[in-house]
Amino acid sequence: MSFLYQPWYWLPAGFLIGLTVPLLLLLGNKPFGISSSLRHICAACFPAGISFFRYDWKQQAWNLFFVAGIAIGGYIGGVLLKDPHPVEVAAATQQRLAGYGLHDYSSLLPAELFNWNNLFTLKGLIFFVIGGLLVGFGTRYAGGCTSGHSIMGISNLQWPSMVATMCFMAGGFFCANVILPWIFSHII
Amino acid sequence: MKNIKYLLAGIYFGIVLVKSQVISWFRIQEMFQLTSFHMYGVIGTAIVTGIISIQLIKRFNIKTFSGEPIEIAPKQFDKGQIFGGLIFGLGWAITGACPGPLFAQIGSGFTVVLITLLSAIAGTWLYGLLEKKLPH
Repeated sequence: MSFLYQPWYWLPAGFLIGLTVPLLLLLGNKPFGISSSLRHICAACFPAGISFFRYDWKQQAWNLFFVAGIAIGGYIGGVLLKDPHPVEVAAATQQRLAGYGLHDYSSLLPAELFNWNNLFTLKGLIFFVIGGLLVGFGTRYAGGCTSGHSIMGISNLQWPSMVATMCFMAGGFFCANVILPWIFSHII
Repeated sequence: MKNIKYLLAGIYFGIVLVKSQVISWFRIQEMFQLTSFHMYGVIGTAIVTGIISIQLIKRFNIKTFSGEPIEIAPKQFDKGQIFGGLIFGLGWAITGACPGPLFAQIGSGFTVVLITLLSAIAGTWLYGLLEKKLPH
């Protein structure tokens, strides 16, 4: 059973992620997609008379059960089945991150960055608040995220999803190679 | 409780997200720094699996478990996929997470990511507010 505690190789992992597409279709004709859950939460909690949030979100409640499940799965995979070894990260990236002052590879996220003590600091503002805003605003504007466009959309051979995915990647490359190095050397 | 099956599907997906390490901020940095094949392997395999599954469902007219026909709504192109896509890409590299991994990161013990999730909900709300003024 040791494989349950180890990180999984990309081939079986990608296959198991891809299986979510037919699983949701067979369970109830649901298209795989996660960013919609954020919209349903807005519609349920803060519709504020905005027409974009005026729809029967309860019809889409399955999506909220799905994301609640992801959090539980995160607990099972990340706490109960936690890998006791440090995360293996490519040497070149480790070198770059050392320049950012990040050295802790004991868990999947750098604990030096993602902890509550950073909440009211510039790090918190950039990595939690601004980062989160960009994710929520961008995915909704794009009409989907990596699950809805990059996996579900491309799996269904939809070219608009291919365009969206190329833009996700372009934004990510620019941010990771231009913006993040600048932030770490000039701001924090 | 017809939605319990989606909770179980989510648990399955959440476990795979963690064990495949795609919720890892480190893995996302490696992907955008082109220093590891891991994320490309995961996403590529997932897409191939998805394409084959959908082709089989269409070819053999496979129905849902309760016998309904499966229909997938097509995606329409609009400029949001470009502008929104670029904006999300920036956020993806900063947070190391797409919307799904945000939930898995919280579950796996990084509770501070709750703030990122709240911000993402606020970002979605802001989009709803500005929707009609943005180019599409």
